[in-house]
Amino acid sequence: MIRDITLGQYYAADSVIHRLDPRTKLVGTLAYLIALFIFNNPYVFALAAFFLITLILLSHVPFRFILKGLKPILFLLLFTVIINMLFVKGTPLFSIWKITVTEEGVKQAVSMGGRLILLILGSNLMTLTTTPTRLTAGMEHLMRPLKLIGVPVHEIAMMMSIALRFIPILMEETDRIMKAQLARGADFESGNLFKKIRSFVPVLVPLFVSAFRRANDLAMAMEARCYHGGKGRTQYRPLRYTRRDAVAYLILILYLAAVFAAGKWLSELATPWFKEMIGYAGSVSVSMSEVY
Amino acid sequence: MKKKKEKKSEKTGGNNAVSKKETAGAGVFLDISGLRYEYIRRDEENNVEGITTAVDDVSLKVRPGQFIAILGHNGSGKSTLAKHINAILMPAEGTVTVDGMDTQDAERLLDIRRTAGMVFQNPDNQIIGQVVDEDVAFGPENMGVPTKEIEERVEESLKILGMWNYRDASPNRLSGGQKQRVSIAGVIAMHPKCIILDEPTAMLDPKGRYEVIRAARALNETEGITIILITHYMEEVIHADTVFVMDGGKLKMSGSPREVFSRVEELKEMRLAVPQATELAWELKKAGLDLPDGILDRKELVKALIKCGRSDGRI
Amino acid sequence: MEEYKLIADHLTYSYGKGSGRERKALDDVSFVLRKGEFVGLIGHTGSGKSTLVQQLNALLKPDSGTVFFEGADIFEKDYDRKALRGKVGLVFQYPEHQLFEETVFAEVCYGPKNIGMDRKATELAAYAAIKRVGLEDEVFDQPPFDLSGGQKRRVAIASVLAMKPEILILDEPAAGLDPAGRMDLLSMIRELKEKEGITILMVSHSMEDVAEMADRLMVMDRGKLVFDDSPAKVFSHVEELEEMGLAAPEMTYILRDLKAAGFDVDPSLITLKDARDTILRCMTGEKA
Repeated sequence: MIRDITLGQYYAADSVIHRLDPRTKLVGTLAYLIALFIFNNPYVFALAAFFLITLILLSHVPFRFILKGLKPILFLLLFTVIINMLFVKGTPLFSIWKITVTEEGVKQAVSMGGRLILLILGSNLMTLTTTPTRLTAGMEHLMRPLKLIGVPVHEIAMMMSIALRFIPILMEETDRIMKAQLARGADFESGNLFKKIRSFVPVLVPLFVSAFRRANDLAMAMEARCYHGGKGRTQYRPLRYTRRDAVAYLILILYLAAVFAAGKWLSELATPWFKEMIGYAGSVSVSMSEVY
Repeated sequence: MKKKKEKKSEKTGGNNAVSKKETAGAGVFLDISGLRYEYIRRDEENNVEGITTAVDDVSLKVRPGQFIAILGHNGSGKSTLAKHINAILMPAEGTVTVDGMDTQDAERLLDIRRTAGMVFQNPDNQIIGQVVDEDVAFGPENMGVPTKEIEERVEESLKILGMWNYRDASPNRLSGGQKQRVSIAGVIAMHPKCIILDEPTAMLDPKGRYEVIRAARALNETEGITIILITHYMEEVIHADTVFVMDGGKLKMSGSPREVFSRVEELKEMRLAVPQATELAWELKKAGLDLPDGILDRKELVKALIKCGRSDGRI
Repeated sequence: MEEYKLIADHLTYSYGKGSGRERKALDDVSFVLRKGEFVGLIGHTGSGKSTLVQQLNALLKPDSGTVFFEGADIFEKDYDRKALRGKVGLVFQYPEHQLFEETVFAEVCYGPKNIGMDRKATELAAYAAIKRVGLEDEVFDQPPFDLSGGQKRRVAIASVLAMKPEILILDEPAAGLDPAGRMDLLSMIRELKEKEGITILMVSHSMEDVAEMADRLMVMDRGKLVFDDSPAKVFSHVEELEEMGLAAPEMTYILRDLKAAGFDVDPSLITLKDARDTILRCMTGEKA
């Protein structure tokens, strides 16, 4: 049943990572992503991979769930790698027919591909260990300062959480309407693009009508339950930082310091055995250290 | 609603439940007087195209702790009337007073809404939270109840409605009847004195209908909450204290279920039906059997027929 | 000889295949629909009724088993399923939620146009269908969204009828209507069988409705077809039905109670009229 799909792919488990405050995870993920972007350096990638794998192990989320997140970007990943390999000019490594693969091209491809993988897996870990509700609450909290410049932070968070609740319902409804129109002889497959788009009008109109009706009903139901915006509202499950989060922030700072160090100096200072160790630990980037 | 620490059972109602009903009854909880409401239809240029009077000069009074049913066919104005009770709609004429508060008093709006909570027809379109307990907490959060107390209220309400075991579930995975019980729990968590149920069973299967009506009766009997049930299912109103029947925006009948159901022909004219047992009794009476008026269910009918058969010496 | 319009042959279907949360919705279901029959289908929510009806016009492919319409396998590769959907009409629950056209007439034309009727035939069929469901001439040019709930539902039913189905499947056609709207709609559906000879399969939650209307009654429970018999026979299994979360019609209960109290009534009767007659015969007839 379509209703059974869970949005935001939460993986229920009881781990340190799951129990962290969503703000900690959001800030951590953001810092992790930025660090990956700032430094284009294999040591940083190795460090990031090591850090990420440790976190995944701590989170009790099976690796295959984390890797599933790569599926939707598989095409983008291959595309990036191939384009970089083929079109970056530099020292030729080898050539097949008219295509020449350069050293710079391989480096660039591995760095872009590796970065993309680390990026997606990192943010996946966050969504797998945090329920959409907690995530929305965390975002609302973190965006609070924006209220000062007039951003309707509470309303945005409320909208997000309502969307999360209604998307599965509307998806099921789409399926039902499509079937109802098929039963009336509709054809969503044959014909050219224009005809195909037109054939969806009988699905989209009822879907919009229904979405508006639901929105109307929901607004009334919210009013009836004393909803009057974010003012004076208390919270059932307020976010509270614990000692766990302090430790997490400390680790995050250490990690960032390490990344910074690695990005800045390591490439020049590192001894060969250190290079090797880093290369080994970050199995994803094994190939990268070989390239260098 | 009084806080009842000892009442943490998962069951709704039951025979040994203490009835608070006899303590209820003094004063007036809801006073509707001369209420009139019009829907104005406009065309594309915003000109008035027509006016439909949805509620036309309705007056009624409800005492605290009563179980009231409002009957009527679709379009009879019963839902429009209901939406006036918690100030979602404002009267064009007349007044609605809830627990001493005039619904047109904007200052008391939130007080009115938490005194008279409302449950709507479509179970999907009134659940806001993505998890059951979060949804129940929504009302108290809006009211500014402190966190600790919200937790207590959520637990208490879900237990009263027998949904505590589902507190971590996604509403999307519940049956229609369960979703409506979550909605009722969401209202109960606001500690209302009255719950208005606006056709809560219209979209449910028989099992879901039974669950919801049983829950409403239990709330009335054990918690002393005033219930106003809007419906067109006749079987659901036979336990009400008073039944009001609406037709064409007007209040056409009021009385005990027995009084109302003895007027079968008038009900039929108003596009309503009576419960099957009542209808059979009415047919038998028409054919000459000596049966009392306004039989409500099959137990009463069988009893009356046995009495009738005995006096005739047929059994 | 009886004519089988449709044969459901060992239908099986599961949801959530491969997700580890597989749930069997249909388990080896077989039955036939004969020409001109009115068949009721009951079962509690989640018993597989909706899954079943979607397979009868090839909206959902069974995991195993198949459906034959007039002798042809509708899941064969080259079978014309679009034409089939015109012949086996399916009206979903709350069908008014699928309306989209600007006028009632255009709405009802959508189906016949899709299945390849020419313009004239389409318009004639649409006109007849709108009349057939008891709507007045003045609604033809109105937007369907402006009509009342009961009228919208009629438009939706007309939009399927306009394809001139030989079998009409209705999934809880009276859900959400008030008592009078319900009775009007059900008597309209009965007329479709009686006057047009359309074979009808009606899913319902109301035991009273199927008791009044159906020639034959099928009962589903947890994906299995457990009863397929005359309504009177099916409703004699009161205890089994109750175990499945269903019930017998109110009349059956009354007559059983009376019989137990010593009345000479026939407890196998299920409709109000029959119950009245048997009680009257017993109460006013010759004393035993």
